[in-house]
Amino acid sequence: MAAKTPLLKAENVGIQFGGLKALSGVTMELYQGELVGLIGPNGAGKTTLFNLLTGVYVPTDGRIMLDSETLNGLPPYKITRKGISRTFQNIRLFGELSVLDNVKVAYHAHARHSIASSILRLPSHFRGEKEMEEKAIEFLNIFQLDGVMHEKAKNLPYGQQRRLEIARALAAQPKVLLLDEPAAGMNPQETKELMKLIAFIRQRFALTILLIEHDMSLVMGICERIYVLDHGQLIAEGTPEQVRSNPKVIEAYLGEEVS
Amino acid sequence: MATWKRTRGFWVSVILAFAFFAVVEWLIASGTLNVFYVNTLFFMAINVMLAASLHLIIGITGQFSIGHAGFFAVGAYASAVMTMKLQLPFAVGVLTAGVAAALAGLIIGVPSLRLKGDYLAIATLGFGEIVRIALLNIDYVGGASGMTVTHMTTWPWVFACLFATILVIANFTNSTHGRACISIREDEIAADAMGINTTYYKVAAFVIGSFFAGIAGALYAHHFYIIQPSNFGFLKSFDILIFVVLGGLGSLSGAVVAAVLLTIVSTFLQNYPETRMIIYSIVLILVMLYRPTGLMGTKELSSLFKWRKAAQGGMNHGGKNTVA
Repeated sequence: MAAKTPLLKAENVGIQFGGLKALSGVTMELYQGELVGLIGPNGAGKTTLFNLLTGVYVPTDGRIMLDSETLNGLPPYKITRKGISRTFQNIRLFGELSVLDNVKVAYHAHARHSIASSILRLPSHFRGEKEMEEKAIEFLNIFQLDGVMHEKAKNLPYGQQRRLEIARALAAQPKVLLLDEPAAGMNPQETKELMKLIAFIRQRFALTILLIEHDMSLVMGICERIYVLDHGQLIAEGTPEQVRSNPKVIEAYLGEEVS
Repeated sequence: MATWKRTRGFWVSVILAFAFFAVVEWLIASGTLNVFYVNTLFFMAINVMLAASLHLIIGITGQFSIGHAGFFAVGAYASAVMTMKLQLPFAVGVLTAGVAAALAGLIIGVPSLRLKGDYLAIATLGFGEIVRIALLNIDYVGGASGMTVTHMTTWPWVFACLFATILVIANFTNSTHGRACISIREDEIAADAMGINTTYYKVAAFVIGSFFAGIAGALYAHHFYIIQPSNFGFLKSFDILIFVVLGGLGSLSGAVVAAVLLTIVSTFLQNYPETRMIIYSIVLILVMLYRPTGLMGTKELSSLFKWRKAAQGGMNHGGKNTVA
């Protein structure tokens, strides 16, 4: 790694809701190909940071940059098209759409056929739709969801819904993938498989991944670097070992030592 | 070969549609269908167009708009002005109706589609009423007494417009653009996060829906000899809304079937003017009680024909899954 320009950078980012400072002074750098964890107690501002990075909220302070291009104020769909894609803590699939169509929707931004060509059923429509379908099936194969591709998304079991959400986020062809508690509600076996899958897609798609997780042991296991948030501020950063032994982190998670 | 397989259903429906057209044309020409039936048929087609166009806005894109009669009125008056005041041919009137209503849809849609749910409903209801009150106060189009319009709507016109409406809306829905609209209905935040320009697609659906409501307005204006602002009140908007909800939100064939059935019911009930609204309401209540998802749910008629194939496919998949 000779070039040291970060792929995604948050510079002194903060957001205020009325009088409440949800996040302040968060600086974070993600380099190409990294798998970085973001941990912190409930209400620390992890998901808020995700919402800032993906444009759901506009930061009141600081800058967010992707490939040294400022993202502040862009609507979420434009940020996704620039290369940041995400999953949600509480699954947000398109329930009435089939599994296949869920993935196709994410591929929409890369479709080139216009509304007019679809209405008139021009050859470009058929070409475009066929390409989309092939791409979508390819993703479903990777996630072993091809067997259920015609099911409605809402009818899938929980674990498959989680996987489908990741497949959908990947179909948007991101450079950076943000995963918001992907293992929430999974049993240890499922979690283990999920972690293998994350490691695999990271290799296969040359992704940079930022992962929110509650389960400390899990994050420690696969992340190269970890950021720790508490009360809207970064309190620690470093390798799993450094973070684990950091007194501030221990305090945030276990409470202050009584002396 | 693959293309043929994919579009076979489409060509079958086209051939069936034209056969239907030819049969009706022949029945009208030979005088078998009297004026009463032709009237009902035209009214049915206009209602189907209105239902299909609102289906695109509510059923597909999930934007709860209840001012559809406003666009219907804009189309009716725009075409009447073209043919009656400016003496232009009917074709110009029909096209102007669509374009004027689509423009109205664009002007209303851009600001109001920022609103969600109830708020959007109120905004569009307001729009419908504004159109009605405005027409009431414009002397150029006759104010409260309305405009008299020459009868120009013929069966070929009705059929062509109806066919175009269904074709465009079905083709739009069954494409990546339609899926984008459905994703907005299902979860707007997720759609946005997946790179869908939600505002663009909401406005697009609104404009296409308004366009066809306008065309329906032109057919209506040139069929019933007179148009008055009171024909386009919010009760008309609710009539259209009922077609869409009763047919099953999200089902085009449901909206079409509901529009046809309810037109028949209300025409039949004209013989019993005292109890008409009571029976009509009871029919609606019964349907909603026994089929709360609407007549068709979110299914399409075509899926009934595909049903056997799908069942086989499902079993294959089921088998594979158990082995694995």
